[in-house]
Amino acid sequence: MLTLTCPYCGVQAEETELAPGGEAHLKRIGPAGTAEEFEGYLFARKNIKGVHFERWRHAYGCGKWFLAARDTQTMQVFGTYRAQTPHATDDIVGNARQARPEWVPDWPQASEAVVG
Amino acid sequence: MPIQRSGRYSIFAIARQAMGQHQGWTRAWASPEPRDRYKVVIVGAGGHGLATAYYLGKNFGITDVAVIEKGWLGGGNTGRNTTIIRSNYLQDPSAAIYDKALKLYENLSQDLNYNVMFSPRGLIMLAQTEHEVRGYKRTVYANTLQGVATEWIEPERVKQLVPIINIEGPRYPVLGGLYQARGGTARHDAVAWGYARACSDMGMHVIQNCEVTGIETANGQVQAVNTARGRIACDKLALVVAGHSSQLAEMAGFRLPIESVPLQAIVSEPIKPCMDVVVMANTVHGYMSQSDKGEMVIGGGTDSYNAFTQRGSWHHIEETVRALIETFPMISRLKMLRQWGGIVDMTGDRSPILSATPVGGIFVNCGWGTGGFKAIPGSGWAMAELVANGRPGPLAAAFGLNRFREGRFVDESVAAGVAH
Ligand SMILES: Cc1cc2nc3c(=O)[nH]c(=O)nc-3n(C[C@H](O)[C@H](O)[C@H](O)COP(=O)(O)OP(=O)(O)OC[C@H]3O[C@@H](n4cnc5c(N)ncnc54)[C@H](O)[C@@H]3O)c2cc1C
Ligand SMILES: [Zn+2]
Repeated sequence: MLTLTCPYCGVQAEETELAPGGEAHLKRIGPAGTAEEFEGYLFARKNIKGVHFERWRHAYGCGKWFLAARDTQTMQVFGTYRAQTPHATDDIVGNARQARPEWVPDWPQASEAVVG
Repeated sequence: MPIQRSGRYSIFAIARQAMGQHQGWTRAWASPEPRDRYKVVIVGAGGHGLATAYYLGKNFGITDVAVIEKGWLGGGNTGRNTTIIRSNYLQDPSAAIYDKALKLYENLSQDLNYNVMFSPRGLIMLAQTEHEVRGYKRTVYANTLQGVATEWIEPERVKQLVPIINIEGPRYPVLGGLYQARGGTARHDAVAWGYARACSDMGMHVIQNCEVTGIETANGQVQAVNTARGRIACDKLALVVAGHSSQLAEMAGFRLPIESVPLQAIVSEPIKPCMDVVVMANTVHGYMSQSDKGEMVIGGGTDSYNAFTQRGSWHHIEETVRALIETFPMISRLKMLRQWGGIVDMTGDRSPILSATPVGGIFVNCGWGTGGFKAIPGSGWAMAELVANGRPGPLAAAFGLNRFREGRFVDESVAAGVAH
């Protein structure tokens, strides 16, 4: 069974305690968006076979949304981080690269800046 | 290559082979070396890919076709599914393509001269909540208008058809059911094998153990695929790879509204015949039929997050079995022999995609999710039409990729929560 550590309350939660929320870091498209942009935001998914960033809610715990980095092929968990984080943290990137040296983050700079 | 299919598995052939200790059977399909160009390359030798090839040849006379498969043919979801066949869908475009498939299944053994063991034993979808009662009655009305014969049956009739069922609950009482007498099962491997043999007989190449690793395009037009066995050029390319559709689309430079999740099934030890219909219980995410060998074939729910593990989460089995034991108390002491998973390709509206793509000459057939085995012949038929003509015929028209942009969903997710 998949186990993720909630970054808020620190509980190691089994998947039955969690609710999945799909791909993380999607950019919300505002009213000025084009049909293509809306389609991309609502439906087009990376559906990665490999390093995947995703949203989870600690539904039967503290109730908060958080993010996880997980390998969808091996089920290895590289780490979890708070939902307010724009990208996975450097240590998570490090873990992922150790497991998959060929993988590179697809955001410009792997930084650990935390906003809000 | 001449088509010589008739009589190959006749009773005389079996008698003759019996005398020779069954050493003389020849392979059902050829394993050719790939050529460096085909008119049409189909990626994925599951049921849908093979059926696409078959109807390209049969309906359009296009036989310069290769079906390229990374593993063995039928080794994906086609060989992992619980083989339920039905056409009692809610929306008109769904009813049309699934019923086309069912009609083709009815004659498939004759058409392919290969016994696919189609068994129209009847199928009941149990209503176990008030919501389902309303939903299935609505489906019956819709099916009546679509010309698909289904009926609403009361609990007593359910009990008559399925003597081993417990209709009393307490947690999930059976309130009635949606019954399709023409529904049933078929032998999954035989469907793949039958199509593969027929394709091979038409001179098409079914190339196994040959993973597609890249797609070459130029000026927005497909040129070739790169494979484990070299570059293969093509005029048209059909991607029919179920759970790996996003990976192939990425090779061609576009994204799909697909997410891949594991779906699992379990099979019990064989027992005496006890249930001669297929029973689906969508509220509790379980469904069951008895195979010809006597095993109870049980399917469950999908994992709720993306994964490619062909395994699935343990707690889903627990949930499925817990609920089925209440509905079928006699299975509580059965031993389960095997468990496995397949990676199913889910769309937001739970309907398939048969479509042209942003790249010229590339077509996709995917999104069949948890329920595409039943659709194989109809899907192949419609896909062949799309690939041959470059535009969809009436069966595929509603299933284009543009429906996501335009909001014209073919919404089957409300109609059938699990749907197989
Ligand atoms: C447990 C389970 C139960 C199910 N039960 C039912 C049911 O009862 N009724 C029903 O109607 N449907 C059911 N389904 C769904 C059904 O199995 C699928 O919708 C259907 O088989 C899909 O067929 P396909 O040909 O599209 O895909 P597949 O059979 O998966 O074929 C795709 C092929 O593409 C190949 N491939 C992938 N990537 C590459 C590559 N890069 N290069 C070359 N080849 C590649 C794969 O190896 C695979 O063989 C079930 C599925 C599962 C997993
Ligand atoms: Zn928590």
